[in-house]
Amino acid sequence: MDMNEIREIFFQECEEQLAELETGLLKLNDGDRDPETVNAVFRAVHSIKGGAGAFALDDLVAFAHVFETTLDCVRSGKLEPSQDVLKVMLKSADVLADLTNAARDGGTVDESRSRALVKELEALANGEQPAAHAAPEPVAAKPAVAAAPAPTDSSGFQPIPFSFDDFGGEEEEVLMVAPTYTVTFKPRAELFSKGNEAALLLRDLSRIGEMSIHCHTGDVPTLDRMDPEGSYLSWTISIKTEKGEEGIRSVFEFAEWDCELDIKLAEEAEADDERPMIPVPFDLSLLEDEPAIGDEPHVGMHVEPVVAAAVAAAETATGVMQAAAAASARAEKKEAPAASAAAQANAANAANAAGQTIRVDLDRVDRLINLVGELVINQAMLSQSVIENDNNGTSSINMGLEELQQLTREIQDSVMAIRAQPVKPVFQRMARTVREIADITGKSVRLITEGENTEVDKTVIDKLAEPLTHMIRNAVDHGLEMPEKRIAAGKNPEGTVRLTAKHRSGRIVIELTDDGAGINREKVRQKAIDNDLITADANLSDEEIDNLIFHAGFSTADKVSDLSGRGVGMDVVKRSIQALGGRISIQSKPGQGSTFSMSLPLTLAVLDGMVVTVAGQTLVVPLTAIVETLQPEAAAIHSFGATQRLISIRNSFCPLVDVGRILNFRAQQANPVEGVALLVESEGGGQRALMVDAIQGQRQVVIKSLEANYMHVPGIAAATILGDGRVALILDVDAVVGASRGQSLRQEMSLAS
Amino acid sequence: MSYVVKNLSQGSRELIAFRIGNQEFCVSIMSVREIRGWTPATKMPHSPAYMMGVLNLRGAVLPIVDLAARLGMRPAEPTPRHVIIVAQVGRKIVGLLVDAVSDILTVTDENIQPVPEVSSEIERQFARGILAIDKRMICLVELEGLFPDHESEAA
Amino acid sequence: MKKKVLTVDDSRTIRNMLLVTLNNAGFETIQAEDGVEGLEVLEECNPDVIVTDINMPRLDGFGFIEGVRRNEKYRAIPILVLTTESDAEKKNRARQAGATGWIVKPFDPTKLVDAIERVTA
Repeated sequence: MDMNEIREIFFQECEEQLAELETGLLKLNDGDRDPETVNAVFRAVHSIKGGAGAFALDDLVAFAHVFETTLDCVRSGKLEPSQDVLKVMLKSADVLADLTNAARDGGTVDESRSRALVKELEALANGEQPAAHAAPEPVAAKPAVAAAPAPTDSSGFQPIPFSFDDFGGEEEEVLMVAPTYTVTFKPRAELFSKGNEAALLLRDLSRIGEMSIHCHTGDVPTLDRMDPEGSYLSWTISIKTEKGEEGIRSVFEFAEWDCELDIKLAEEAEADDERPMIPVPFDLSLLEDEPAIGDEPHVGMHVEPVVAAAVAAAETATGVMQAAAAASARAEKKEAPAASAAAQANAANAANAAGQTIRVDLDRVDRLINLVGELVINQAMLSQSVIENDNNGTSSINMGLEELQQLTREIQDSVMAIRAQPVKPVFQRMARTVREIADITGKSVRLITEGENTEVDKTVIDKLAEPLTHMIRNAVDHGLEMPEKRIAAGKNPEGTVRLTAKHRSGRIVIELTDDGAGINREKVRQKAIDNDLITADANLSDEEIDNLIFHAGFSTADKVSDLSGRGVGMDVVKRSIQALGGRISIQSKPGQGSTFSMSLPLTLAVLDGMVVTVAGQTLVVPLTAIVETLQPEAAAIHSFGATQRLISIRNSFCPLVDVGRILNFRAQQANPVEGVALLVESEGGGQRALMVDAIQGQRQVVIKSLEANYMHVPGIAAATILGDGRVALILDVDAVVGASRGQSLRQEMSLAS
Repeated sequence: MSYVVKNLSQGSRELIAFRIGNQEFCVSIMSVREIRGWTPATKMPHSPAYMMGVLNLRGAVLPIVDLAARLGMRPAEPTPRHVIIVAQVGRKIVGLLVDAVSDILTVTDENIQPVPEVSSEIERQFARGILAIDKRMICLVELEGLFPDHESEAA
Repeated sequence: MKKKVLTVDDSRTIRNMLLVTLNNAGFETIQAEDGVEGLEVLEECNPDVIVTDINMPRLDGFGFIEGVRRNEKYRAIPILVLTTESDAEKKNRARQAGATGWIVKPFDPTKLVDAIERVTA
């Protein structure tokens, strides 16, 4: 491991800490006053600062420091985390994230923003209340975290560094005579109880100069009166050192409060000190585990008895202390309630329950997933050729193959689970988007998220952020009304945007709800007429009008706002969701708001499909779309209008959709009685019966992209490779159903344009 | 590798020549990944006539283009003797169905003559030059001209 | 015999820096991520010296030091505290809890090793 790797770890950690920070701040915003929440928030910033310091990321350290100081005020109860305070903190969290990114990728941050926030944070720490909705501070001329300016007076004079070193450097050494100090050191009992040892302090002292030492044993009482944890020894040391009094003090830095320490220049000391002192060299080697030969040139060849005594005394002091410690601890232990053991066990269990994790390169996981995908295909091909070559279905090979299939499937599921991640990070990014957009639009918005821990494949998560950001912007920019308007409508001036995730029948469903004005259908309709999307006399249901917003180039904002994108509309959102194998729909109630609902596959790698034959072609229909399969009887088929046919299922009529016809695999409609109907649930609700020629079976298939080497094909979601090694296309059920409603499968741009 | 580098530095390049009907074409060898025999492809709905479908190329889905049809000639009626040239076009890999591979040529820029003035839009799209070799006429095809990158539409 | 150091810090970055620094200096390093884990690991690893952070989840540095000092075996083990700045109040609390010394973050590898040498034989 080198510094670059640690740096990488640091930035990974920053991301996690930033997520923690935001989660915590949002909890506080929701009224959570658990001290642990405040602590976690504080720790996150503290941690970032600590690591940033190690990499000399000064801007990051400086901002984190100001932020931390203000958070400390919250932690100590000096500052009440009101909504206005939290607004500043959430923005600060955003800036901290920007600074982190800038530190990693070398980008720049909006300095005026961070400067303004530093001021706001400092004001909060100084007990000033934040101005509600304060306008951003005018750009200050001075950088937020400027280094202390070089002292300058009005004439521009700058002091020139001046040093005596510049004169006669060589003479200096000759002239310098290290002064001798007399140090008296009397440890108190506390010194030992904090893990300091007199002998080690004396050893360290000997390293900064030439010294002699005298141990005073006069205070040691007789054994019967001796407190085993008492401290009875003291030392007088005479040391000749260039480090000065400060150098000596620094040796005793950790011990200073737990001893009596007196340091005097020898001349003064000699005057005071009447006790006879025997100067002896202090032998360090006695303290080393292994004798360091030639390490200390000044160590004398023979050890004076007094020194040995001094060191021995110091060691005895320690030894006595340790023995006593052991004794008293034993006594304590008996009284120690069993509860503490139980508590420890609980803590251990909690730690285990939290689960151990390792970090793995995504590339490695993806490689594994690809290999398993190949394995699945290979296993299917093997099974098929065994079946073709061996009619005896009970052979041991067949049984082995079945087991192999089972294992392959399990391996695949396990590998897929590795990639599953909670949607939390994306949701958290949305919180920031909401804040920013609220700031720009001057609207007051509250984001509520639910189901953040819902897991879905990482690829899906990565591709979710963009359409979701766009939708959130839309919801705040177009959906929610201005506060005055909301008050006039009898609503809370603060708008609510709710973002939820949940699993439903093998897919993840993400819903975005706002409590805004809802879709203005008259406006949408007019816009659609103006854009020639519909005719002026078109008779559309509310649902159909709402869905017009997904049409290409559709925008209801009177002028294209720079928030909701540069002419990018909901059609782009819909297409990116569809590219993920997902669907999107909208429900809107005038005056009450709109709900966008997205349903996405949990993984982009495999799906359970029904393999069917249509006009001689093999197709795969996603199993999740199929409600049931049935064999149509002639009596159940009813013609409706010129070309439509309906099938009656348990007294209700369901339109028949000839897949072969829709995909243009045949020119004439097939006879429904000769095929099989797949009853599917479509996106907008309502059922359709998809007619196929025959069902070959069910199997899990590995999804292969058509777009990688070709392009999107209308009516087709993706491709897969079957057991015979041939490519089969996976049907896009919603597109086919849509086409049956009269929305033609758009002839997309072909390879040759 | 050094051989290629040397040749490039001298302004010469290697081309793969192939036959469609009674005409010869060639493409840069640098864009050719492999050459394989024809196997029936999976048909794709709503695709242009020259799009023969997709094949499994070691786990990847490979679109197969009838180059004859794409060049405005009579569509091929593929047999196992037909050949698929697997070529890199932009960021995608495409299989080109041709009658047969005929030659590997090493030519210098001087060997390549400009395309004569032709009226047809389609020839202008792909033809990058004409080579005269052993009284044969071989048309240098630029694949990028035939299959412009569709990244923007695919988004 | 290599000296054994137990480090307790919740920051992965700092843990790694400690690990690299201490291993390079010839120490055997055992790491824990917070005070609770530190106390658990303590019994198994029998360290010569402990280096601990203050701000940690579950059990902070003060609590951890107190826990160590309550343990009969480790009442006298040297404990060094990592503090972000020379915050007198925090140092004071750490000392009251029983810390032997402190190291100011961002630590300089030499200073860290010096401090450990200073409190161990």
